[in-house]
Amino acid sequence: MKITNEIVEKHGLNLDEFNKIKKILKREPNLLELGIFSAMWNEHCSYKSSRIHLKKLPTKGKQVIQGPGENAGVIDIGDDDAIVFKIESHNHPSYIEPYQGAATGVGGILRDVFTMGARPIALLNSIHFGEPKHPKTKSLLNGVVSGIGGYGNCIGIPTVAGETKFDETYNENILVNAMAVGHAKKNKIFYSKAKGLNKSVVYVGSKTGRDGIHGASMASAEFDENSEEKKPTVQVGDPFTEKLLMEACLELMKDNSIISIQDMGAAGLTSSSVEMASKGSLGIELDLEKVPCREENMTPYEMMLSESQERMLIILEDGKDKAAKKIFEKWDLDFVIIGKTTDTNNLTLKYNDSIQGEIPIDALASKAPIYDRKWIRKKPQKDKVNIKELKKIKIEDALIKILSNPNHSNKSWITNQYDQMVMCDTAQKSGSDAAIIRIHNKDKAIAVSVDSSANYCKSFPLTGGKQIVCENWRNLISVGAKPLAITNCLNFGNPENKEIMGEFAECLEGIKEACEFLDYPVVSGNVSFYNGTNKKNISPTPVIGGVGLIKKLSKPISHNFEHNNSTILVIGKTFGHLEQSVLLKEIYSINKGMPPEVNLRNEKNNGECLLKLINKNLILSSHDISTGGLIVSLAEMSIGSNTGIKIHKPKGLTNSINYFFGEDQARYIIEIKTVDLSKVDKILKDNNVFYENIGMTQSDFFEIEDELKINIKDLYKINNEWYNNY
Amino acid sequence: MKSSVIVFPGSNCDRDIAVALEKMQFKNKMVWHKDTSLPKSDLIVIPGGFSYGDYLRSGAIAGKSLIIDEVVKAANSGCLILGICNGFQILTETGLLKGTLLRNKNLKFINKDVNIKVINNSTKFSNKYKKDEILKINIAHNEGNYFTNSNHLDELKKENLIAFKYCDEKGNINEETNPNGSLENIAGIYNQKKNILGMMPHPERMVDEIISNKDGINLFSSLLN
Repeated sequence: MKITNEIVEKHGLNLDEFNKIKKILKREPNLLELGIFSAMWNEHCSYKSSRIHLKKLPTKGKQVIQGPGENAGVIDIGDDDAIVFKIESHNHPSYIEPYQGAATGVGGILRDVFTMGARPIALLNSIHFGEPKHPKTKSLLNGVVSGIGGYGNCIGIPTVAGETKFDETYNENILVNAMAVGHAKKNKIFYSKAKGLNKSVVYVGSKTGRDGIHGASMASAEFDENSEEKKPTVQVGDPFTEKLLMEACLELMKDNSIISIQDMGAAGLTSSSVEMASKGSLGIELDLEKVPCREENMTPYEMMLSESQERMLIILEDGKDKAAKKIFEKWDLDFVIIGKTTDTNNLTLKYNDSIQGEIPIDALASKAPIYDRKWIRKKPQKDKVNIKELKKIKIEDALIKILSNPNHSNKSWITNQYDQMVMCDTAQKSGSDAAIIRIHNKDKAIAVSVDSSANYCKSFPLTGGKQIVCENWRNLISVGAKPLAITNCLNFGNPENKEIMGEFAECLEGIKEACEFLDYPVVSGNVSFYNGTNKKNISPTPVIGGVGLIKKLSKPISHNFEHNNSTILVIGKTFGHLEQSVLLKEIYSINKGMPPEVNLRNEKNNGECLLKLINKNLILSSHDISTGGLIVSLAEMSIGSNTGIKIHKPKGLTNSINYFFGEDQARYIIEIKTVDLSKVDKILKDNNVFYENIGMTQSDFFEIEDELKINIKDLYKINNEWYNNY
Repeated sequence: MKSSVIVFPGSNCDRDIAVALEKMQFKNKMVWHKDTSLPKSDLIVIPGGFSYGDYLRSGAIAGKSLIIDEVVKAANSGCLILGICNGFQILTETGLLKGTLLRNKNLKFINKDVNIKVINNSTKFSNKYKKDEILKINIAHNEGNYFTNSNHLDELKKENLIAFKYCDEKGNINEETNPNGSLENIAGIYNQKKNILGMMPHPERMVDEIISNKDGINLFSSLLN
């Protein structure tokens, strides 16, 4: 078959890239080879537009065991325990087929974690939808939520935290990011690097079907009106098989049979075999007629490009195949030796002994194209908003409007569809700043949270990038965890557009700066470009997933007030920054100005001091102040606990709206026993932390002196209506 | 007391129940579904999860597995059997318990802490609870909507075979306090000899204060009594 320009284009490659392929091969590729190049050189697998920027991120630290480049990142949590975690996007498939797209997103990220020898202990997700009134939003929301739940519930890993947001920018391109966290023994981590010649390459798991062929290429292009036609490239998930695969792999990992292991994710058999060989500087030879197939007459092209789920590739030590096979048979899974490692440095594909394709491994991996795409810096938007020039609004009315909007409404309609308790180590479920998962059979626990702030990133990406790392860091601090490391999922528009590329580069600069300052390295992640339809790009949405350590878990700290008559303090200074705030957006539809400034020194100092207070058992409850400002955070603490508050305004306050709705950073609300006030005051002052004493908790009423007095039950109702009425 | 937990492919609360049993000093063994004999046991637990992926119908395939014949034999000779969640569904599939579990009324998976009332506190499973005691226990299921025919419902009532009913924190049993649409808010039932208990709520999730509460403990201590 002659490879025409049209065929090349259909494979998502441009003509320059095609010429490069011909140069590498010193001949024209056949269709199978072209397909393999297309799978490995697309944006999703090759990171060709992002790699030069990603390199700048801090990835090291004494807590880091394995940084980016493996199936997932690994960090040290003391003793012989390690935490393995990663976040990944499944945006494009979820828009086309929400249930399966979201489900297989969860399945894929779980495999990344158990491939490394970790038992998954928690799932998180960050999901972004278009406006509620958009005709597709409701069914996408339903499908994605049941897909996430369907997979996690069945496999039996608790889904413990996440975020759900609605914004017009996602009308035609939703985001579905899934994060998995696992626990492993430090000396029992498994990697994907192949070692040794003539070692058996084993295929385990589900059979290969025609689903998902070219899924990774689909995720590397913008949508258009024909996107619906791409349905057949969405994979179908089977959590039951994944459960068996997980148990079988973990059982096999108990001894020393495995040299290297890699899950078949995007670009299936192609990327897994190339990755293992590339890391080990070896060749790999596959006998494709041995691949277990679900359908008849599958061609080598289809086998190599299928993205059928729940499959793994393992390189085994000599003489271990019998025992290994027995384990997979016990779990009713396929186990077939389909090839071997070689010294040719080639990917050699045979079918019934005849060579169907042969490509140098480094051409697919290290020699894949890298682009330094053009990008431009965002100019600071100097617009200021003076609230006094806008239509007057009562604090009470603004609060009610925010608490009843979909972004701030209680999300239990969603979280009740996820099993949050299975495995019986979930000490704090979703709803607080971070979920807390106990390490099985130990006193210690980890805290986990995922966060994003697309509107801040849109208005000024450098600050947005910094802010989102800080917010994630604060969320871990406020439950009493020492933040250790992050994974990031970078959802952006078309990188060939220099403004979008600028958003990417500058968000990353911000992330880098904050991560370096906070000693909060990036250990894994994923880039998703081309989020947009017909040239309309989404707002830049980097999502940060953080993991922190609680050395000794006694009582989980939540954001719900504990008692009446305790004292409420606000840590950090309130300036009243309203630009890019929820208030302006919700009440006035104003979307201008800069996001709140991020002062990393204050972030670090305030956060570390709060951690000290928590470790001295001086904190009853704690909540970071984020979107909606002080008043929305107070309301969340009240609603969750059915406890009221009485707040007095600071003396000489000239603008209550700015004070209560401003979104200044580095702030927390803490509840302390009134008798502990002098102790807390001393520690805060000794550490140069600014704080205000704003009032007390009380029963029944949410009250701000001279402003408002609302019954908590009414506030609860306001906050719990939206989803049930949607 | 010796216990056995049956593990099916897709069971996912097997470890949780084993941890709870061991915490309560049961001598527990895990039994693989392909085994053809059971270790000597005073209690057999069929745990929650998605046995065989819930394919065909929740519990249907597990109800026909090799080990189930042994479980039925043991049940008929008076061994205590506890089926939780998917375990309850499996017990109805084997016929050891009557009735069936339909999809939740709202057609969605439900995971939350709910209140249940102890209706019969004079069985091997419930003697440590007070009558009408209100417990807060986690549920996590897609098919927990108990249904049975009117003859059997009469029998359940007449012979005091209803174990637990969904209620609110004050004990009110009505439609509003029914999370999944179960007939008369039934959350768990016994067989006629009261040696088999099937229940949708997960007592094994409620044995540790740091994680949840201790409302499940008395179910296990009743068994030891």
